[in-house]
This record gives sequence, C-alpha cells and structure tokens, in this order.
Amino acid sequence: MRRPGVAHATPCRSVIRALLQVLCSSVHHSGVHVPDGFINAPVSAAAGLVAAGAVAVSLRGARRELDQRTAPLAGLVAAFVFAVQMLNFPVAAGTSGHLLGGALAAILVGPWTGVCCIAVVLLMQGLLFADGGLTALGVNITVMGVVTVAVAYALFRGLVLVLPRARRSVTAAAFVAALVSVPASAAAFTLLYAVGGTTDVPIGTVLTAMLGVHVLIGVGEAAITMLTVGAVLAVRPDLVYGARGLTAPLKLRVGGELVDARPAAGTAATAPASSGSPKKLWIGGVVTALVLAGVVSFYASASPDGLEKVAADQGIDAKAEEHAAAGSPLADYGVEGVETERLSGGLAGVIGVGVTLAAGTGVFWAARRRKTPADA
Amino acid sequence: MGAGHAHRLHRPGRSPVHELPPHTKLVAVLGFVVVVVSTPREAVWAFALYALLLAGVAGAARVPAGFLLKRLLIEVPFVAFALLMPFVVPGERTELLGVPLSVPGLWGAWNVLAKGTLGVAASVLLAATTDLRALLLGLQRLRMPPLLVQIASFMIRYGDVVTDEMRRMSVARRSRGFEARGVRHWGVLAGSAGALFIRSYERGERVHLAMVSRGYTGTLPVLDETPATRAEWARAAALPLAALLICLICLLGRTP
Repeated sequence: MRRPGVAHATPCRSVIRALLQVLCSSVHHSGVHVPDGFINAPVSAAAGLVAAGAVAVSLRGARRELDQRTAPLAGLVAAFVFAVQMLNFPVAAGTSGHLLGGALAAILVGPWTGVCCIAVVLLMQGLLFADGGLTALGVNITVMGVVTVAVAYALFRGLVLVLPRARRSVTAAAFVAALVSVPASAAAFTLLYAVGGTTDVPIGTVLTAMLGVHVLIGVGEAAITMLTVGAVLAVRPDLVYGARGLTAPLKLRVGGELVDARPAAGTAATAPASSGSPKKLWIGGVVTALVLAGVVSFYASASPDGLEKVAADQGIDAKAEEHAAAGSPLADYGVEGVETERLSGGLAGVIGVGVTLAAGTGVFWAARRRKTPADA
Repeated sequence: MGAGHAHRLHRPGRSPVHELPPHTKLVAVLGFVVVVVSTPREAVWAFALYALLLAGVAGAARVPAGFLLKRLLIEVPFVAFALLMPFVVPGERTELLGVPLSVPGLWGAWNVLAKGTLGVAASVLLAATTDLRALLLGLQRLRMPPLLVQIASFMIRYGDVVTDEMRRMSVARRSRGFEARGVRHWGVLAGSAGALFIRSYERGERVHLAMVSRGYTGTLPVLDETPATRAEWARAAALPLAALLICLICLLGRTP
C-alpha cells in the first residue's frame, strides 16, 4: 500500500486543502462580491436574467406589502443593511466577522422587501465602491440576495409554523435559517463557478472547502442574526415581519366568557397581510424552485464537459509525466473531481428539494392555520 | 445632496468626462466591461491596450493616478484568490524559481487579475466623474424600474445618516467603558444592531409621512429631462468601441 507516491500525495493534498480554505475565506471576506472575469460571460448573463426576474417579482411583492411606503422604507432598510455590514463582531485574538445580512433582512422586513434591499445594496456597492464587478452583478444578486433570502425565509417560515407559537421559536428559527443560508449561498456560488468559472479549480475540493468555511461563518451569522432579531422582538415585536402571526388574537371577557373581539382597525390592518401570505409563500417557493432548478440544469448540461475535461487532464498527465509517483496525486484529483462533482450535483438537488419541501410544508401549514379561524 | 454625501468617491470637476450625461457613461462603462470580460485571456497585449484606454480616460477626466490606485485596493481579497490559483489548480506544471506552478492556474490568475482590475478601474472612473444624484438619474433614464431607483436614492440619501447613527452608538458604548473583545459581547452589539434597525425603520415611516404631507403619490417627478445629443453619445461610445476594435483585431488575429 505505502507506495512513495501515496505518501507524497497526502501532505500535498492537505496543503492544497489548507490553501483552498484560506482562499475561500478570503472570498468570503469581501462578502462574496464577485469581480469581473471570475465567471464567464454566458453564465454571468444568465445569472443577470435570473436576478432581474427575481428583483422584478420582489418589487411587485414589496409594493403589495408596503404600497406607497415601499421607496422610503425599503430605502432606509437598505441603508441599514449597508451600515450593519460594517459592524464588526470580534471573534477572538484580533479576528472579527461581520454580518452578511440576507437572512436578517428576510426575517425583519419579509422576503420581497429583503431581496429588493440586498439587490439595491449590491448595485450601489458595485457602482459606487467598485465592490463587485458590473458584469458579475447578476451573479452577486443571485447568490447573495436571491438564494440567501429564499433559503433563509423558507426555512424560517417552515420552522415558525412547526414550532410552538412563542418568541423563543422565532429566534431559534432565525438561528437555523441564518445558519443554513450562508453555506447554501456558498454552494450556489460554487455551482455557478462549476458551470461558468474561468479556471478549472477542482470543484469538489472547492465545494468542500467553501462549505466548511461557510458553515463556520454561518454559525457566527446565525448567532448575530438570532440576537438581533431577539433585540428587535423585545422592543418592537410588530416590526418583525417573520413574527407577524405571533400576536395572540384579542379576546374580550363578556359575562365571564372569553369571546373573540371584533376585528378592530389594528387587526384589520394586519389581516390582509396574513391572508395573502400563503399565496406569497407559494409564489416564493415556486421562484426558489425555478432558480434552483435553473442552476441545477445549467450544471447538468455542463457536467459532461467537466467529465471530459477531467478525462483529458488525466490523459495529458499520463503522457506528460510517465513516472507513476508524480502522476498518482494528479490522477487522484481527477478521480476526486469526478466523485465530488457528482456529489456537488447531488448536493444542489438536495438543497433544491429541501427548499421546495420547506416551502411546501410552509404553504400547507399556513393554509391550515388560515382556514381554522375563518371557519370558526 | 448635502456636504456629507460628497464622499471620497466623487471628484467634482469640469472635464469633458464629467460633463457627459450620466446614462451615456453608464452604457459606456458596461459596454467596456463586457468587451473586456469577453476577450480571450491569451491576448495579453489587448489587456495592456485596454489599460491604456482607461489611462486615457483618467487623463481626460483629470483623475490622479494615486486616487485610482488607492481605490483599486478594494480588489485585494480576490488578488489573494488569484495568487493561490497557480498552486491549487491541477494540470500541466512549470517551474519558476524552483517552485512548481500550474500553467492553467497561472492563466486563471492572470485572467481574474487583468479583467477584475480593469472592471474595478472602469467603475472607479465612473464613480469619480459622476455625482450620486446624476448616477441615479442615469439609471432612471436607462429604464431601470422607477421604484428601484427610488429605493436606491433613499439608500444613498440616508446611508450616511444611518452610518452616523451607528457611529454615535459605538461612541456611546465606549464612553460607558464597553469594549467588544469576544463572542461574549455579541449580545450588546446585536442589541445595537436591533436598535439601529428600529431607528432606521421608524425614520423611514417619518420620511414617508413627511413626503405624503408634501403631496407624494408614489412617484417622484423627473425635473431635468435632458436627453443626450448624438455628439455626446458618440464621445461616450468612444471607449467601448475602441475596446471592441481591439478585441475584434485580436480575435481575427487568432483565427488563422
């Protein structure tokens, strides 16, 4: 077993893995603001179309929620997201993290307004600060806005509906939603890179490194999101979009009996929002599924290319370096590439199915919740 | 816009580049970046010519090189990514000073560095020669949904207000002896973030009411509707067309 080649391969691969970890965390530190030339033109254009569609749908959704107030409120929330991304959270020994804010925005102001705000923040960062390339704007909005918000909100909504109606379940759901949304967006970025990356980095290794780093980042994001949502809930629970269903219906005591109060002005204002929510949720689920399906199908169509490429690489390697010792680690990458490319495809499928399921369950629960008081 | 919004990004001036209508500049920059991204990476000299084109624009706009270079630093995280590529990308190897490097990795690093840097430089020049309000008007003229333009304009207008509020909170925390050192202090910082959200949201509501009381109906009137003349379009298109010419020459040169 212990050929010299194998002994050589292990440290080499661990070094590469460590380098990739550094690389992925450096990608994160700019908030995955992808520059120009990182993803090729066709995939950037496709991502731009997806982003434009998602933003158009979200604008309509936000206008339905906020009507005239959309522009000032969404604008101020975008300014808030922009500011809070600069807030440093010290971790230990001089290192610090900062909030990405996708999950937080989705929970605080709702998914539609959330996507609009993140998209505007990214657009302005690209135009004013040159943070993120202009041709990569679609990629950035898709990865950091649409995927993050969709995954976070679908999960959050599903959990809130399943968990008991309490303030603590809202914060717990916020934690899980933020925790999953960060690696999900990293996975989405890796998938886009697998399809349209301008350089063939071993995708499987990148995916594992990206996911590893981003699960860690996700823990920080989750803790901060949970604490922030908790802080807002403690002061102005009515402002937390994700906790709208939590306020108990007003009861009147009439002759010692508890009777439902007539819907007053205050409850009338919230009623349309809650009655519209299953539909919105359903549309959200469909959009998520479409986006994810699009990404996955891109991936599927590009997958044979990837396999051919790996095969070609292996062939070239075999010719270029005839001595087996040097050839074996490279051959190893090739095999690993194939294996993990499948894995990454499968992972995309799992995420897609998971999100669709979460959204579906959410719709189901919301519909049931809504029916009961209406019939009574 | 007040003085606080002038930022370090914009350099007011009266150069020919400053005076072009904003939407022509937006189209020009986008066109330029698309051409740069579509150029094959093997055409090294084409990228040098693109850089010269941008240097020409910077010269015409009287943007000093130091300013441009300082703003390019935003790219540093991706430079780290690019510099690692020659080590991690599999494929044909070459030796440089005794260090084995991957040839596709070197090309990849060059690709990201060249295209990314040119893209950042083009955006920096756009932001340096166009003030924020004009940029938003330009986006509106390019048929970006008016609601999105409005959201962006409110974000720009109140961005500094919110950021200042955050700084005042930080000053207040520190003047009470608070120092964030680790995870244990996240609760306090998250409390500030929550308060910041509530203040921003309530400010949004106040702004909306103030606007409604002044006759706001959901759309903002467009005050200065000045379409670009053909000459202005031509001047703005000079940059992307020159880049396209370079790109085509190098594509034709590769075919035989």
